Amino acid sequence: MSLIEKNATVDTVIELSEANASDYIALLKPRVMSLVVFTGFVGLMAAPGHINPILGVIAILCIAVGAGASGALNMWYDSDIDAVMKRTANRPIPAGRISREEVLTFGLLLSAFSVVTMGLFVNELAAFLLAFTIFFYAVIYTMWLKRSTPQNIVIGGAAGAFPPMIGWAAVTNSVSIESVVLFLIIFLWTPPHFWALSLFMSDDYEKAKIPMMPNVWGEASTKFQIFLYTLLVAPVAVLPWVMGFAGSVYGVFSIAVGALFIFYAWVVWRAPVGAPMIKPAKKMFAFSIFYLFSLYAVLLGEILVRKALLLAGA
Amino acid sequence: MSDDRVTLTPKQKRAQRSRSIALALALAAFVILVYVGTWAKLGARILDRQM
Repeated sequence: MSLIEKNATVDTVIELSEANASDYIALLKPRVMSLVVFTGFVGLMAAPGHINPILGVIAILCIAVGAGASGALNMWYDSDIDAVMKRTANRPIPAGRISREEVLTFGLLLSAFSVVTMGLFVNELAAFLLAFTIFFYAVIYTMWLKRSTPQNIVIGGAAGAFPPMIGWAAVTNSVSIESVVLFLIIFLWTPPHFWALSLFMSDDYEKAKIPMMPNVWGEASTKFQIFLYTLLVAPVAVLPWVMGFAGSVYGVFSIAVGALFIFYAWVVWRAPVGAPMIKPAKKMFAFSIFYLFSLYAVLLGEILVRKALLLAGA
Repeated sequence: MSDDRVTLTPKQKRAQRSRSIALALALAAFVILVYVGTWAKLGARILDRQM
């Protein structure tokens, strides 16, 4: 060893992580995860048949972890645009708390864990649907559609709509028309929900160069399409009652909130173009969250009452 | 002899501790999940196998 090498100073800067556990939890998008878990749970409870309660909990856990993994992979790929948008600038990667490589590894590991666990403990169909959902969100939506077309969330919305179908498949090991209806409710709800958000956040999307409907086709077209989608989702949301896997309480409730959803969309549509869109669009956005949550909550309530009555009668 | 160990700042120490606890909890949860899941899936049949 030469003298020079012996006395060489190491000037490499060792960057030590300051990321807390909460930063890793933030990568899982807990708020999105909560809605995914809830709708997945309703799908599992609505399915005919029986699942061991422990395996049911494992199925829901796998759906939650799979959704979190999708969120992490989304944050890995989108860190450049997250840094530009006000709403997302403080996420762990753009804020410099976790590196992109770490997030990619984290997302892939959680994806593999959730799919393998679902396959081993629940069934292969549920595992396949979960894997497809993660792939659809991370690759089809995040990597392809999001930056290339204003129809991004129309098609990409399928990823958020799969969880009740996965929950259903966990119990029945099949995909039936009922689970497709539960899928369709979320699928058709997604465009008006996100377009209402994009109406009052369009500056952020513009800055990040994401082709959202208001930036590409204009405000008037967006508002009209929001209205059209509410006209589609409202009757589809009544189908569980029409098809007989939900009761009359759900039926009446879904008609009432569906009419209100259409009304909010109509108010947004009829507002003059160029007028400040914040108030009606924010109202519509807030109602859209209540709409989906309450529909699934009432459906779940009915199922629980039915099961309780069956137990009491047995 | 010089001390070439990396000295953590208090913030880094707190972050490391928080990550270590989370990792320990996740590992414990995984062990419980596999144990309880196997028990629920196979039950007494876990012993029913060809030797």
